[in-house]
Amino acid sequence: MSREWKIFAAMLAVFVVAYYLPLGDPKVQAAVVEAFKLLQWYARNHTLACVVPALFIAGGIITFLSQAAVMRYLGPRSNKVAAYGVASVSGSVLAVCSCSVLPMFAGIYKMGAGLGPASAFLYSGPAINILAIFLTARVLGVSLGLWRAIGAIVFAIVIGLIMAGVFHREQRERGPAANPQMPETAQSLRRGWQSALLLAFMIAFLVFSDWYNPGNAIVTRTDGTVVRGVVLEETRDEVMVQVQETGGGVRAGARLVLPKAEIASIKQRENWVTRIHHVRWYLAGLCGLVVALMVWRWTDREEQRAWMRNTWDFAKLLVPLLFGGVFVVGFVGALLPDRQVAMLVGDNGLRSNLVASLVGALFYFATLTEIPIVQALSEHGMAQGPALALLLAGPALSLPNMLVIYKVMGWRRATVFCAAVVVMATITGLIYGNLVG
Amino acid sequence: MKIEILGTGCAKCNALERAVRTSAEKLGIECQIEHVTDLNRITGYGVMMTPALVIDGEVKVSGKVPSERELEGLLKQ
Repeated sequence: MSREWKIFAAMLAVFVVAYYLPLGDPKVQAAVVEAFKLLQWYARNHTLACVVPALFIAGGIITFLSQAAVMRYLGPRSNKVAAYGVASVSGSVLAVCSCSVLPMFAGIYKMGAGLGPASAFLYSGPAINILAIFLTARVLGVSLGLWRAIGAIVFAIVIGLIMAGVFHREQRERGPAANPQMPETAQSLRRGWQSALLLAFMIAFLVFSDWYNPGNAIVTRTDGTVVRGVVLEETRDEVMVQVQETGGGVRAGARLVLPKAEIASIKQRENWVTRIHHVRWYLAGLCGLVVALMVWRWTDREEQRAWMRNTWDFAKLLVPLLFGGVFVVGFVGALLPDRQVAMLVGDNGLRSNLVASLVGALFYFATLTEIPIVQALSEHGMAQGPALALLLAGPALSLPNMLVIYKVMGWRRATVFCAAVVVMATITGLIYGNLVG
Repeated sequence: MKIEILGTGCAKCNALERAVRTSAEKLGIECQIEHVTDLNRITGYGVMMTPALVIDGEVKVSGKVPSERELEGLLKQ
């Protein structure tokens, strides 16, 4: 029944928008074009190199890694340190769909390793997502991507510890099942290390095909500022540069046209990063071959079919969300008033980071949509610190999510959990923003 | 027989329910099918990973949607 209502709601929404949209207004027309332009940018620059391989990897993770083996670390008799470690990274392995995060959390809390690891898992489930991390790095810059990934893992552990610490004196109601239903360990065709290796090479493929291009040019302008990027075009009077690193008054991703009169010098730079960038497709190809070999020798037909099926399921789930989200963000972003954004989150101070954390925590961000949203906000003046805060608080929490957490954990624990997320996100944003500038 | 499908309402849980209904119909088995979404009831069964299939109070499958063959085997018992 609920599904039919959703279909109706969607039809209604489209109708209302189509009916009332003031398309005569030139700003709206420009916004529509912006929406398409953003969608095209994602389609051209990130789909084949990042989204598609990441989907295969996500499918591979849940097909080839034994969830039962992972769950054992989160059971009632597990080593506490291992439990925290596993809980903080296993989000993408265990949380097959976002709705299974909550039953699993409840299970780990009531029958498994306890509130601490359960809370770590509750945070990391939505926060640690292979595709999201890679796409963040590509779209928003390696720095933000890296900090997001590491931040999420550290957060998960810290939040877990906070929860365990604050509530350790309280009696924890153990569920009636003294022997929790751990998923059966299916007969595995391979040893653990083989699965891990297969996964490692798949990730390596993604890493190489997405290898960061730090830009081979260091352009020093006559006013002393330095721009780092890739020289795209050079005419008689001007040089077009694709900025790769934030600094000198410009942000990564921007395209600058600099009159030669303003350029004091252009230095070419070669280091191991650029060298790998030159050969990245060979390296990626090599990894791809190794993966193919492993798949051929170490998996059987049924597993391969399951892999493809899981990948396709992920695609059906994530791709419409991503493209739809990008389109909507492109449209709304073009209409966003720069001044309000800058006022609220325009600097790296405490207030901006706090605002960003709160917005992230309260608003619902469908998987991956946080990336185009942060991209649009950054272009309208959001600083890097609040951007990170949003990335860390956004996917993990939302108002509807909080209500369910409260139902499972009780309002005291739920409040501490949500507060911990907001505080950590704010602090991390503060540190990052002032570090990177 | 009483069949309960444990799940909070995502695609896989719905897929399990559909698969169960189809198989039950195909085998001509009389059964009462209930889709349980309440978290406390789900964890009451000791289930950590949804979707899960419970037949006559016993958890038969948890964490995945069983294949058609597996499902029919379980229903025939």
